[in-house]
Amino acid sequence: MAKQGNSDAFVAFERVQKSYDGENLVVKDLNLTMPKGEFLTMLGPSGSGKTTCLMMLAGFETATHGDILLDGVSINNIPPHKRGIGMVFQNYALFPHMTIAENLAFPLEVRKMGKSERDEKVKRALDMVQMGAFGGRRPSQLSGGQQQRVALARALVFEPELVLMDEPLGALDKQLREHMQFEITRLAHELGITTVYVTHDQTEALTMSDRVAVFNDGRIQQLDPPSVLYEKPQNSFVAQFIGENNTLEGVVTEISGDTCVVRLDDGEELDATPVNVTKVGERTRVSIRPERVEFNKDRLKEGAHTLKAEVLEFIYMGDIFRTRLRVAGNEDFIIKTRNAPDQVRLEPGAQIEIGWLPEDCRALDAS
Amino acid sequence: MSDASATQNGPVLAADGTPLKRSLARALRRQKMRALMLIAPLLLFILVSFILPIGDMLYRSVDNKIVQNILPRTVVALADWDSTSGELPSEAVYTALAADMKEAAAAKEHTKVGVRLNYEKPGVASAFRKAGRRAKKFDLEAGGPWKEAFLKIDKKWGDTEVWRTIQTYSPPVTAGYFLNAVDMRVGVDGAEMRPERERIYMALLKRTLWMSLLITGSCILLAYPVAWLLANLPMRSANMLMILVLLPFWTSLLVRTSAWKILLQQQGVINDLLVWVGLVPDDARLQIINNQFGTIVAMTHILLPFMILPMYSVMQTINPSYLRAAKSLGATNWTAFWRVYFPQTVPGIGAGSILVFILAIGYYITPALVGGTKGTFISNQIAFHISTSLNWGLAAALGAILLVVVLVLYWAYDKIVGIDNVKLG
Repeated sequence: MAKQGNSDAFVAFERVQKSYDGENLVVKDLNLTMPKGEFLTMLGPSGSGKTTCLMMLAGFETATHGDILLDGVSINNIPPHKRGIGMVFQNYALFPHMTIAENLAFPLEVRKMGKSERDEKVKRALDMVQMGAFGGRRPSQLSGGQQQRVALARALVFEPELVLMDEPLGALDKQLREHMQFEITRLAHELGITTVYVTHDQTEALTMSDRVAVFNDGRIQQLDPPSVLYEKPQNSFVAQFIGENNTLEGVVTEISGDTCVVRLDDGEELDATPVNVTKVGERTRVSIRPERVEFNKDRLKEGAHTLKAEVLEFIYMGDIFRTRLRVAGNEDFIIKTRNAPDQVRLEPGAQIEIGWLPEDCRALDAS
Repeated sequence: MSDASATQNGPVLAADGTPLKRSLARALRRQKMRALMLIAPLLLFILVSFILPIGDMLYRSVDNKIVQNILPRTVVALADWDSTSGELPSEAVYTALAADMKEAAAAKEHTKVGVRLNYEKPGVASAFRKAGRRAKKFDLEAGGPWKEAFLKIDKKWGDTEVWRTIQTYSPPVTAGYFLNAVDMRVGVDGAEMRPERERIYMALLKRTLWMSLLITGSCILLAYPVAWLLANLPMRSANMLMILVLLPFWTSLLVRTSAWKILLQQQGVINDLLVWVGLVPDDARLQIINNQFGTIVAMTHILLPFMILPMYSVMQTINPSYLRAAKSLGATNWTAFWRVYFPQTVPGIGAGSILVFILAIGYYITPALVGGTKGTFISNQIAFHISTSLNWGLAAALGAILLVVVLVLYWAYDKIVGIDNVKLG
């Protein structure tokens, strides 16, 4: 079955399926290729199959159907310890009865590496994560962030070409998490390692990855770089899952090239980019990001459709203002504006008109 | 703290001006009193039913006031006698003995001291019994000379060894029971080993320790896989298995031991099976009970839950991701187990081993029932001295030695493994 795949596909899932009970598929027909050196994040709600995919790649779960290829070779029947894949676990899984240095030396020891070479590599790996002074400590003597660094160093010390990370930052507080996000991406790019990163935190996915695979219901909903994912979601699920999002439902009344007109249920009309709609009369759910909504008519195009809106709440958040509106019966319509000196602060009860550029508003599937 | 010491000198004061320490102590006193009241019933119960009796038993292992109490004059008179001279004590000693014996016989206490001294010098009891029978009619004024009178009653009264024994055991406290418990005795030149054929207790103690060690070892081997299954099976099956592990606990110890008797005896289930299969000829059935093998098998079975439970509770806390991590780092299944999983289960093994070993070393019923003569433990000998030979002093000494051995082993274990490394859950 080892096919000569795409030449730059370092990791490939080919029609992979996974079922635990023989009745339900946890992973349905997964196809994915990753070039060498890429940082790919699997993002999705719990139960979407992302961790199962990671475990299949690591070798702790076997695929029910399909092939997983590493560097063009099927690894379905290779046991985990022969795959040479580094892995960082959610709870770090540092061996509590060994010191930090012993933990790092473990993968080198089982590879029968000589002591002097081993010591040197351990030292280099610890220095790499700024933990050089902690080699003699036990994992329980380190803070969560330090343990995280050690776990990372241990996964990298034997120089694997592929590293898997299973929600590695889940247990850290916000500030530390942001710092570690930066550290991990820096290391991954410096060392040129191919990384598969699993998380349910969309901010993490957007800030760290080259590409993000959004999982839901056992399938990849969209696989794109972060900016494309955020600005051009391919379906309602991705639009909802990534970032904050306003939705309005209606029927397509006009399609011309890359713009369309949608009539909302209360009769108002708006401009949108057709994504998942093909013909007039189809029901659709349009999605607009809160920061792309305009209430200053000068910034809109000539003849653009606008909607009536009532300000319900104004929330001061420091760097931005968050205003909740009632639009076409939807009371959770949010707009975000930058806190600039000339910015208008909308008062609750004010009646305004809002609009947007058609390319910022995407007509997606209605489900 | 720096604030308080900067603003005021001397001790920190509470708001009402009393020193903070005293104020705090007063506030805590009520709580402490309440806590004490709550544990008082148990404390009292343990004191009365456990600590006092054990203290009393331990005291019996050195108590020797009986000789002084019953033969007060003899003890004083005998103090000057030189036991190495080879000569019998003077007439004065025999006179004192006559007076003591008359009194003792009247109070019917002469046999007690005879029995006591008989532990040290077999044959003394009969000399005291015979002398006591006559002593009631002794005429202390007109009788005598007493030396000849006693020699006529029993010629043992002319044996310097008998007198040496009385002299040796006249102080109120003695090491005799302890010496006896380690197969020694007080000879002419102080403590010496008993003759080869009289040595039993050291061998018995060694056997007890060795067999307890074997039982602990076989418990570890059998319990480890079961505990692993318990910790790793899905909830439902694990609960079922747990019930099977606990089932023996709910059965009487006597019933379980008797069951082993039925299984292991020469006409028992196992021998029948082996003969039927043809592994063993009918005329050479295996002797697998009433010996050490029987004791080890039965006690391993009975003590197994005490090994499984601590192991299980420790294994339960070991996250399966450790094994996965080890494998992802390149370790084979065996290396992952041996280098990563096993070391983390050592505290459970330690806890189980201490529990099983200490229980085994003092076990009584099972070795008594299935041990025969070769498979009994030191506790069986203690029980024998308590209830049959009535030599409580020796029983207490053996018990004290057992206690010390356990404490020493516990101390050694703490030094080698570290008691902090023992986890019951």
